[in-house]
Amino acid sequence: MSQVLHTPPPTTSAPAAGEDDLAALAARHGLSVSGARPSLPEYVRQLWARRHFIGAFATAKLTAQYSQAKLGQVWQVMTPLLNAAVYYFIFGVLMNTKRGVEDYVPFLVTGVFVWTFTQSSIMAGTKAISGNLGLVRALHFPRAALPVSFCLQQLQQLMFSMAALVVILLAFGVPPAASWVLAVPALILQFVFNAGVSLIMARVGSKIPDMAQLMPFLLRTWMYGSGVMFSIHHMTGPDSGLPSWVGPVLQVNPAVVYIDLMRFALIDSFGGGMLPDHVWAMALGWALLAGIGGFIYFWKAEETYGRG
Amino acid sequence: MADNTKQAGERVPTVIADGVDIVYRVNGTGAGRGSATAALNRILRRGRAEKAAGVRRVHAVRNVSFVAHRGEAIGLIGTNGSGKSTLLKAVAGLLPVERGRIYTDGQPSLLGVNAALMNDLTGERNVHLGGLAMGMSRAQIKERYQEIVDFSGINDKGDFITLPMRTYSSGMAARLRFSIAAAKDHDVLLVDEALATGDRSFQKRSEERIRELRKHAGTVFLVSHSNKSIRDTCDRVLWLERGELRMDGPTEEVLKEYEKFTAAPTRR
Repeated sequence: MSQVLHTPPPTTSAPAAGEDDLAALAARHGLSVSGARPSLPEYVRQLWARRHFIGAFATAKLTAQYSQAKLGQVWQVMTPLLNAAVYYFIFGVLMNTKRGVEDYVPFLVTGVFVWTFTQSSIMAGTKAISGNLGLVRALHFPRAALPVSFCLQQLQQLMFSMAALVVILLAFGVPPAASWVLAVPALILQFVFNAGVSLIMARVGSKIPDMAQLMPFLLRTWMYGSGVMFSIHHMTGPDSGLPSWVGPVLQVNPAVVYIDLMRFALIDSFGGGMLPDHVWAMALGWALLAGIGGFIYFWKAEETYGRG
Repeated sequence: MADNTKQAGERVPTVIADGVDIVYRVNGTGAGRGSATAALNRILRRGRAEKAAGVRRVHAVRNVSFVAHRGEAIGLIGTNGSGKSTLLKAVAGLLPVERGRIYTDGQPSLLGVNAALMNDLTGERNVHLGGLAMGMSRAQIKERYQEIVDFSGINDKGDFITLPMRTYSSGMAARLRFSIAAAKDHDVLLVDEALATGDRSFQKRSEERIRELRKHAGTVFLVSHSNKSIRDTCDRVLWLERGELRMDGPTEEVLKEYEKFTAAPTRR
């Protein structure tokens, strides 16, 4: 006990013997410290117990998003499609980045959608605590529920994008293949990675709200280094004039790993030779590192969220 | 529930506050905001340069100690800004304490769910969302759903529960919020001025529901500016003034002093 005891003001109820020692009284009756951080296993258990809330909150946010628009939920599919169209116009038509990339439109759109998933998850994570202080201060629940729920919302959003993507793929003559199934494990790993980074950013953002202003720039820089609109494989190939280590180094980037995995799964002209070495191991490694690390990092400050 | 079933004389404590201090930190007040260097200072040298960088410390609760027992209904009174709600939030474990400790039996819960609800969703979905946010299970919500809707009276004037909450009048929305919040049973219940919503008939229903909740809860804390509702529901009162516990005793005794205090034209 860090604090020496203060004599409590006289209570009218005849106090039991030794009531001046409040800490001892609490211990005697098995009272626990309010707002103390639960142990890690207990925290995981509490979070699991709130899984329905996490799901409902994510869906509610998603539905609320376009509820004022006349077209309503149609925007769920329209937004990613329009996004893809803009990127296609700029990078495919105006700048003609497509040189050397087969099936450029599917290549680009896959990249944009998969990147957007990570980007919006991290952005939402940054504001998960600082933007929901009302909720944090009003109700008791494991705070990790918020960043995880926002990532889940982004995953749901991505599902709509994927539906749009299938249409685009078929429209541009990419045949359906068995390898499409690989999109599922790739997405799961990416989700875990996103959730982990979101948890980290949620803690950082709760202490420094200014992060929300800074993140778009960091994320945009990250995007340009992640081969969303161009092929790292082609840019760093033997005839690019760059040293041979540049390609592998750029390809360690988790965003590249998840984007290329998805392209490999969906686009048949994007062969295994264009993937970095040990790509599945890297995808798993990044997911575990960010997921477990982020969760523990977030949990370490659990009792401090909501102050300020 | 009613009183101690343990050894005679020994009452069971449910909430113990031991020398509690609560301090808010507010960014960007006074001279600090607007000056980029000051802001940078604030980030780089947290703690040391707090004052210089424009972080204001608001000492909301100072050295408050009390013991609440099972079966008690405790009123919290004090003029505006005296730290009542802050103390309540700390008891609920929602605000960290600066010094001292708060010990509780189980998880005290605030009667409030507003922040979890979304105006763009229908009342129906908000009932589910609010219930889940409070930690109710899906089955519990399903079981109570009709009760919540009936209690709120939302459907009295047509099928409003399937409309988005933003279409509700403020009174309707407040009634639905209270109905959702009051749907759960609690061990230690903290009520913060919840009784002031809705029209007369709804207020009556609310007070009734609070009394009912008190029967189920081990201990009830009620923050209110209405001395009448404190008299009606509480047997003990804590009087906070400027964050300090000024008095702690039976309702009548404390209220008499408090009324004397508030009646005086200029008080210090």
